[in-house]
Amino acid sequence: MKREIPLLIVFVAGCFMAIQFFVPHASSEYVYEFVMDWTIIIGVFAMALGIWSFVKVSLNKINRRQENWQYSIVAMAGLFGMIVFGSSIMKLFGATQVGLESYMFKHFFDYVIIPLHATTFSLLAFYIASAAFRAFKAHSLMATVLLVSALIIMLRFNPFLGPVGEYVGDGAAWILNYPNMAAKRAIGIGIGLGMVATALKVILGIERGYMGSD
Amino acid sequence: MNIFEKLSKLDRRWVFLILAVVVIIALLVDFKTPLRINKEVQSVYDFMEALEPGDYIQMSIDYDPGTIAEMHPMTYAILEQAFKKDVKVIITALSINGPGMAEKAMLDIMDSVRILYGKELVYGEDVAFLGYKPYPGIVILSMGQNYRISFPQDYYGTPVDDLPIMKGIINYDDVKGVILITGTSGVDFWISYANGRYDVELAVGLTGVMAADYYQYLRSGQIFGLMGGMLGAAEYELLVKKPGPAMEAMKVQVWAHIVIIVFIIIGNIGYFISRRKGGVS
Amino acid sequence: MLKHIIMLVLMVGLMTAVGWAQEEGTATDSVVQQTLAAPPTNVQAFDTPNDNGHSITIEWDISADDGQGLNNVVKYLILRSATPDGQFAEIGAATPGATTFKNSGVKDDEDPNYFPRETDFYYTVSAVTADGGAESEVVGPVRGEGQFFDTRNGPVLVGCLLFTIFTIFFIRKAKSGAKLYIRPLAGIDAVDEAIGRATEMGKPILYILGLGSAADIATIASFTILGRVAKKVAEYQTSLIVPCYDPIVMTVAQETVKTGYYDAGRPDAYNEDDVFFLTNQQFAYVGGVNGIMVRQKPATNFYLGKFYAESLIMAETGSSAGAIQISGTDEVTQIPFFVVACDYTLIGEELYAASAYLGGDPTLLGTLKGQDWAKAGVIISIILGIIAAVTGQTWFTELFHVGN
Repeated sequence: MKREIPLLIVFVAGCFMAIQFFVPHASSEYVYEFVMDWTIIIGVFAMALGIWSFVKVSLNKINRRQENWQYSIVAMAGLFGMIVFGSSIMKLFGATQVGLESYMFKHFFDYVIIPLHATTFSLLAFYIASAAFRAFKAHSLMATVLLVSALIIMLRFNPFLGPVGEYVGDGAAWILNYPNMAAKRAIGIGIGLGMVATALKVILGIERGYMGSD
Repeated sequence: MNIFEKLSKLDRRWVFLILAVVVIIALLVDFKTPLRINKEVQSVYDFMEALEPGDYIQMSIDYDPGTIAEMHPMTYAILEQAFKKDVKVIITALSINGPGMAEKAMLDIMDSVRILYGKELVYGEDVAFLGYKPYPGIVILSMGQNYRISFPQDYYGTPVDDLPIMKGIINYDDVKGVILITGTSGVDFWISYANGRYDVELAVGLTGVMAADYYQYLRSGQIFGLMGGMLGAAEYELLVKKPGPAMEAMKVQVWAHIVIIVFIIIGNIGYFISRRKGGVS
Repeated sequence: MLKHIIMLVLMVGLMTAVGWAQEEGTATDSVVQQTLAAPPTNVQAFDTPNDNGHSITIEWDISADDGQGLNNVVKYLILRSATPDGQFAEIGAATPGATTFKNSGVKDDEDPNYFPRETDFYYTVSAVTADGGAESEVVGPVRGEGQFFDTRNGPVLVGCLLFTIFTIFFIRKAKSGAKLYIRPLAGIDAVDEAIGRATEMGKPILYILGLGSAADIATIASFTILGRVAKKVAEYQTSLIVPCYDPIVMTVAQETVKTGYYDAGRPDAYNEDDVFFLTNQQFAYVGGVNGIMVRQKPATNFYLGKFYAESLIMAETGSSAGAIQISGTDEVTQIPFFVVACDYTLIGEELYAASAYLGGDPTLLGTLKGQDWAKAGVIISIILGIIAAVTGQTWFTELFHVGN
């Protein structure tokens, strides 16, 4: 029974959601909205579980003085600091605005979170450079085609090419609009069919990996 | 081992260092990058230009701070163009850190329009910021029925029906189109739900990495315009005749690409030399 | 004769007078028409098709003075009443040249924008000029009714049904013992080898489920592989680290890993804290994962699931830390990044197929065959579509038309 009941729920919910897609009637929308509300509610409760897991793992590290346990203190301070700054507790400290408009919350967001995120994202530029340096080798005909395409795309707005730049720009547009798109659509069709197949496997109870066994 | 072979086995940290140095120098040097306008960017501009005063658009500012460099210039250029033309803008933010981005862009542009063009824009009459709600797919679907389902109040807690701009505005049918600026995969929800289900005229501004993926939707007509990364933003700045950070950043991108191309060439020369040696041995 | 002449003069005079009067009449009419435009004609109101019933569509032919004639129409007003002779209230406006308007609202009767379903309404459209409006005839009654099938999605339904039939056919065939060949996937074959390597080196294995939710197909496929990895890890007595981005994914992953340890007969070795929530901020997550890679130096990294811009940042860090890396995602944009930075990459649907490879269950192999046949169907349709487009047979492409 431990397995049958969840499988039955999956089957019923899966079939309903598949049928719902084709039924625009208000009654189908009511049920759909009800399901979506539950998704949000479960998501909120799961977030509490997630935070609890994070706190537990961090506290364990600090308690046991595991290697680099100091980082856990910083992480916990970040988590609870932002919760406190965003809460109405700050009124006790003379804050005039609370919540998202709180002075401290806004400043931490603008001057800590934004630069940190932007910095991490911009690491991508460096990693793309090193990955391209390592990987773009003309070791076969196909690899050479890939290499030349990459060069054309990168050179498409290079001012040093003079009149040739126009042709490179056209070439780049052609690569993006035709070979690139054809390949993406082919992979996309495969992925689409794979998704339907996997969904079907889940609904029919063939695929049970998500239940904790293969 | 000759110089090329040594270079082809260069430690990646040297690549990082050289790239960083070139980027910094490029930022400091004055250098113009000629741009040509691609039609997918032009069509966004044409759409905005065709709007009449009093028309409505929705802008969804669905990006996080990480992609601010590419996304902000697009948002700023389009918002300013809309405000200059007296087009009314409904702003939403469907990524978790989007509200911070959206509010900053809105307030900055309201200020600059006042200073540059002497136009005093009124929040609630010319623009409304509805704020953030999680689960973008559900929110996008609900806005197709009524903005008030997901956003009964705006970002500042004012009931949406108390905002003069929202009078008579129910759902997507009441806006001329949606301009989505995003660095997240939420764009798929917009395409399949807003355009697929509600037939919304949709144009997107995406990060450079994502852009190549969405040309297919341009061809199929599911989106009518696309601005890809810094280049797309720079083209838009050129179209609105207001050179900004994106056009400035293009010179950095040109030099960074040149560095990468040089590294690729060095890597290949090293590879061929070592292969020839391997063949002889 | 004189009588005839008098009669003729009188008749001509009368005719002229009538003519003048008519002319004057015309002139009077034209004064009216200068202020009021001709009303819209051929007004039709009908239940909007393929919707939830809370909407009615109104269509009309433009006024004779819209863009032509007197060209004085400034807008159309759409008016509605519950009775044909009742008070008509304005419910919306359309610009000159427009010929359609959708009167819709929400289904919540407490909402100010409520639009009742299955209620009779009457409509009229007014062509408005600077001096007033000219209303069309009243049409109705018309009522909004919800539909139980969205005909625009017909091709999707046919496609889904065909695909389901294919799949079930091949599942039955596989169950009946037929040998189904599937090509080997290097990425899947390398899973055991990668776990073995970590065991030899005495270092942990890092498993990243990506940024997807538990409902994403890529994440569901990843759970299957995680179950297999957990079982092997338990057998080899290696350690496993699973930092999660989504709390629901974390809960499912904990269950999956626990079952893997049970299946290997080592439930005591399972530690719930090995599968933990890190953050649901993309780049903060990258920071956390990269920190684990740099500090704990796992010997093997798995990246299986949904990935975005963080893919290369994590995979390059893992590569520089010297780990063997196996990746797989259905995010097409990220596949090139994984290909350059990882040792093995499962491309798109290969990730979904992993469960069939790992489980070896014939029913799962059947679904792969179903996919292959569906792909063959797609290829044939594309070729036929090209031929149809070249020969101008648009009806063929229309068969696949979805949506409006």
